[in-house]
Amino acid sequence: MKRRDCLALMGASSLLLAGCAGMPAATGTGDLGVIVARSTGTLAIVNTSQRTLLAEVKGLGDLSHASVVFSRDGRYAFVFGRDGALTKVDLLTHRIAGRVMQAGNSIGGAISADGRLVVAQNYTPGGIKAFDSATLELVADIPAEYEPGKLSRVVGLVDLPGHRFAYSLFDADAIWISDLSDRANPVTTKLPNIGRQPYDALVTPNGRHYIAGLFGEDGLAMVDLWEEKPRVRRILGGYGRGQEPLPVYKMPHLRGWAVAGRRAYLPAIGRHEVLVVDTDTWQEVGRIPVAGQPVFVMARPDGRQVWVNFSVPDYHRVQVIDTTTQKIVRTLEPGKAVLHMEFTPRGESVWISSRDDHRVSVIDTQTFATQATMTVDSPSGIFFTSRAARVGF
Amino acid sequence: MNPLTHIKDMRNHCGEHLHMSAAHCAPPLFTMEKLHAPPLPPGPPMHALRRWGAALFLGLASAGALAQQGAPDAARQKELVRMVRQDCGSCHGLYLTGGLGPALTREALADKPLDSMAATIYGGRPGTPMAPWKAMLSEADALWIAQQLMAGFPEPQKDPR
Repeated sequence: MKRRDCLALMGASSLLLAGCAGMPAATGTGDLGVIVARSTGTLAIVNTSQRTLLAEVKGLGDLSHASVVFSRDGRYAFVFGRDGALTKVDLLTHRIAGRVMQAGNSIGGAISADGRLVVAQNYTPGGIKAFDSATLELVADIPAEYEPGKLSRVVGLVDLPGHRFAYSLFDADAIWISDLSDRANPVTTKLPNIGRQPYDALVTPNGRHYIAGLFGEDGLAMVDLWEEKPRVRRILGGYGRGQEPLPVYKMPHLRGWAVAGRRAYLPAIGRHEVLVVDTDTWQEVGRIPVAGQPVFVMARPDGRQVWVNFSVPDYHRVQVIDTTTQKIVRTLEPGKAVLHMEFTPRGESVWISSRDDHRVSVIDTQTFATQATMTVDSPSGIFFTSRAARVGF
Repeated sequence: MNPLTHIKDMRNHCGEHLHMSAAHCAPPLFTMEKLHAPPLPPGPPMHALRRWGAALFLGLASAGALAQQGAPDAARQKELVRMVRQDCGSCHGLYLTGGLGPALTREALADKPLDSMAATIYGGRPGTPMAPWKAMLSEADALWIAQQLMAGFPEPQKDPR
């Protein structure tokens, strides 16, 4: 049956829809996800139980460095494109449900805990913009104006409980926390002098600690958001021990946090190491030599393993750390130019994108066997709807 | 200008200003020679290579190492195009419209000196996230990339699957 026929029949009987190509039967969204095909401006919709590509949604613009958040019901993907577009994609109908050009150059976004506000973080013009997730109407525009007329590029945007969002100002060495509970009058708390050049940040799974990585110095800036008056503490100061840093060909990403048990695993900048920090004392408790400059350091949802990928030229490898021993237990080579990894909701499998092989591999995290592969044009970010239920994703 | 002074000044002052164009602060790659080769017109790679070959030879007659290395061949050029789009693209954007790094479009680079561009690609810019790429590029590669950027960077070729 052709799709056109399906549409014509929609009014007649919803039962018929089940048999129509491209129109799925009534289904949940818990096993859906998306893969960004960065060079073609396409979003692939996938089913993580069946390990199949369901559909491709085209016309999303410049998706280099695209990132995605999900509506609370897991039905809609909000895609933040490099070109400043915010596109709302319906994972059930495989259609674009809304789209707004909201900036000149964007780097990602976040969604509020109640799912009502979608917020974009922008490089040009530097700042954040909040949108109604139902209509994509602009709700608030907060330029990151740190000096008169000077806007900073914004990195490390995360959602916090309530209608609050924390983010870092790359050009201003600051962390700002904006409270949008009164949409017309957002209140922004500004924490200056956090350390040089914050490049990305994460919030811990309990929403308590916001941690910004610093490019300009050895160390990270941490804010305890449960304190009455949040202030910045330096953690892991001087982790490079004064040694000359190695070239950083790609900025690490902190967003896919790796907090496993009471330890956090963080990429070192300019060092081929993963830093291990105790989240009670915030002291370094170890460092693990790895195969290159780490980009993503991600904990399997149960925290038993931490998976690490790398920047060029070491990005054909992925390494797995066993968190009970702090040792690397496996080095995988899933393909050329591994850009991203995403765990299935409970972590029995991980999906890995290999950009230059145009391949996404599904790997069993216990046996490390490859369970499936699929062809996607220059795949980059992989995002599953289970993110909808997690703080900071 | 004494090149050492230039480098010191750059470390002291330029590092804090990420928005500054790459060309403003970069140390000269070839301190003894200024490169005055004109930007390449858009065109097929081999055509471009021949034109550039002459300019390269004349312009770099005393930059011994580079002249010996010569410009990258067609296969290498293809690798470089992909590398710039994809790997440089992580900071500068797949379409080179900028991101954490500045835009590298022809328009954005219109008033930038070629030699500084090549030097920045090869040696990086201390104090900024711009890494030195010399572990992966020869000086000739860096110069070729700078030329292409200033002329409007070639579109990526579709990889065979």
